[in-house]
Amino acid sequence: MNEFWFVVVIFASSLAGGLLGALGGLGGGIVIVPVLTIFFHVDIHYAIGASLVSVIATSSGAAAAYVREGFSNIRIGMFLEIATTLGALAGAWLTTRAPAAAIAIIFGAVLLYSAYATLRTQHEVFTEEPDKLAVRLKLRGSFPTDSGEQSYVAQHVPLGFGIMGLAGILSGLLGLGAGAVKVIAMDQAMRLPFKVSTTTSNFMIGVTAAAGAGLYLRAGYLAPGLVMPVMLGVLTGSLIGSRLLVRVHVKTLKRVFAVLVIAMGVEMIYKGVTGS
Amino acid sequence: MSWNDKRLETLVGMMLRTGVLLAAAVVLTGAVMYLVQNHAAVRDYTHFRPEPAPFATLKGAATGFTSGDPRSIIMLGLLILIATPVARVGMCVIGFLMERDRLYVAVSSAVLLILLYSLFFHR
Repeated sequence: MNEFWFVVVIFASSLAGGLLGALGGLGGGIVIVPVLTIFFHVDIHYAIGASLVSVIATSSGAAAAYVREGFSNIRIGMFLEIATTLGALAGAWLTTRAPAAAIAIIFGAVLLYSAYATLRTQHEVFTEEPDKLAVRLKLRGSFPTDSGEQSYVAQHVPLGFGIMGLAGILSGLLGLGAGAVKVIAMDQAMRLPFKVSTTTSNFMIGVTAAAGAGLYLRAGYLAPGLVMPVMLGVLTGSLIGSRLLVRVHVKTLKRVFAVLVIAMGVEMIYKGVTGS
Repeated sequence: MSWNDKRLETLVGMMLRTGVLLAAAVVLTGAVMYLVQNHAAVRDYTHFRPEPAPFATLKGAATGFTSGDPRSIIMLGLLILIATPVARVGMCVIGFLMERDRLYVAVSSAVLLILLYSLFFHR
């Protein structure tokens, strides 16, 4: 395959990956690394570099739309970014030292968990005693509902902060946005409303990924000829995906997506274990 | 209009979108030039070899950019993309200063320092 067709095929696959990622609610990164490594035999280091850059693009591209909805919380996001960026530094550091097989196995495990998380049902918001630490750190806010402003205060701040650190490590290590883990930290641990969690998570993804990208850039993970079609493809795909989202049957789609993610997860682990 | 979180978020959202569109336009320009020059070449990504240093630094990309090298133009686009969230955090530092929220000036400055460290010093 010469360079022209290579770029065209990678662009098309990344577009499909970005589209599926947006529709499945997991983002483009989680699909693009397995596709590049399984189908195109791209070294996982290059794949991770291309993915991380695409993650910055999709998160930044979607931000303006999320702001309009009025759910994202800039303070909660900023506070938790201390944890995610430190985690991303550690994760990116690990990637430059870990063998490709180990990265593939961890990636596979994350894929399997993500499939499970996609299918899991969302819980209701409980109101508990306000967390003193959360009040001191101003981790509170309100959002518009049909019955007036609904206010909320974060709970279990240290737990949420810890999970965010883990999300950062995964982002830096595997080139993902780790949006699903960020949502778990806010929605499950800190008991923030689901909408607040997902939109704030989108804001945080770009900053977290940028923290890992510095090291990737200097370690030579960003191959311009590969990153270019991946970044443009994933960005285009996810923009189309977010437009289509209102029109498609999300539940069926999530199931199809989960099956795909499971298959890729098993393949990544197999590849890692057999060293092929 | 006074400074508040809502205004800050709107500004931040607009800035992120502008940054990503600018980055995509630069990468696309580089992509077209790259394909015109390299369409028949065969490249191998199956084994990781760190990218040659000229593309890994801002200075290297800038030098290549002025000489019209397509890979450097793509790299410049990627640098703009990576710089966008960093600029976003910088804008929040200013925004919280205007709101006189000392706690969050400190919080966002800490995030900015971590990001700058990762871009320039992290090994």
